[in-house]
Amino acid sequence: MNLDGKIALVTGASRGIGKAIALELARLGADVVINYAGNEQKAKDVSEEIKAIGRRSFIIQCDISDSDAVQSMVKETVDQFGRLDILVNNAGITRDNLLMRMKEQEWDDVINTNLKGVFLCTKAVTRQMMKQRSGRIINISSVVGRIGNAGQANYTAAKAGVIGLTKASARELAARGITVNAIAPGFIATDMTDELPIEAKEQLIGQIPLGTLGEVEDIAAAAAFLASNGAKYITGQVLGVDGGMAM
Amino acid sequence: MADVLERVTKIIVDRLGVEESQVNLDAKFKEDLGADSLDVVELVMELEDEFDVEISDDDAEKITTVGDAVTYINSKN
Ligand SMILES: NC(=O)c1ccc[n+]([C@@H]2O[C@H](COP(=O)([O-])OP(=O)(O)OC[C@H]3O[C@@H](n4cnc5c(N)ncnc54)[C@H](OP(=O)(O)O)[C@@H]3O)[C@@H](O)[C@H]2O)c1
Repeated sequence: MNLDGKIALVTGASRGIGKAIALELARLGADVVINYAGNEQKAKDVSEEIKAIGRRSFIIQCDISDSDAVQSMVKETVDQFGRLDILVNNAGITRDNLLMRMKEQEWDDVINTNLKGVFLCTKAVTRQMMKQRSGRIINISSVVGRIGNAGQANYTAAKAGVIGLTKASARELAARGITVNAIAPGFIATDMTDELPIEAKEQLIGQIPLGTLGEVEDIAAAAAFLASNGAKYITGQVLGVDGGMAM
Repeated sequence: MADVLERVTKIIVDRLGVEESQVNLDAKFKEDLGADSLDVVELVMELEDEFDVEISDDDAEKITTVGDAVTYINSKN
């Protein structure tokens, strides 16, 4: 696989899955813009790591639920690198609560970041990709968007929404050479899953046919494939990387 | 005015692959020139670049004929 000369923008690339995706795309030859929300130092570290392997990179703070900020982020990317080939919509948050206890704010926060944020970033890159007549958009959904999860009504709804958005945008943009696919990770060891209580984790692992949590590199490998030339005939798909949780 | 129409016509001919003779002020992008919705969005994008104007989504929705585009651009320049 080779991504030489490609320009990628990865949202939420300061940590976890986004960081692993950014590093993998860079390893395959892409120049990568690192978006983050608040962790400037971590974003910088990722960016430096990419420069150390000889690729171009810069960091950009942007709340992906803020339309104006998203537009300037994409403009900055195109201004600096001249094009944009790969968008990875990875940034996401959780605000878990039982339905009965869930506050409207918790609902709104998760929908705004995890669903509206994907819409805003997709909309903002489409102009550039349509002009290029090529582009790859990779949305990070979740296994729970396919099978549901107690205590995550907001998150599950947003992630299922991302799958719908993936399919609608894949259909709209196919004629312009742009593919849109989703990855649905299962439970991956990151800060996000670190927060879970031990019993919850053990119970989770019991539901995973392959019997362990996934690693961020598992998701990065899938994203790299979807960004590569080998995936040029794939669009509107949801690739489960979940140890077999959803079949 | 003539110059704007000429430049707009060139973009339309290139983008939609129609004959120059089909492009007149009354021609509707969709009905007369065979554009689909996405083609119109792209045309508007190219007009923005060509004339260095920003066309808001609201304004863009009102541009349905060649004449609409020419009038809009003239009003901005
Ligand atoms: N971990 C899992 O098991 C799992 C499973 C399925 C799906 N996913 C999905 O995979 C994605 C990454 O998850 P993760 O586990 O790597 O999460 P994480 O370790 O918590 O990292 C989240 C990343 O998103 C950024 N971010 C959060 N809100 C943002 C906003 N409003 N604007 C811009 N960036 C924002 C964070 O930036 P800062 O560092 O600046 O805060 C950080 O880089 C998410 O979409 C998540 O839902 C994860």
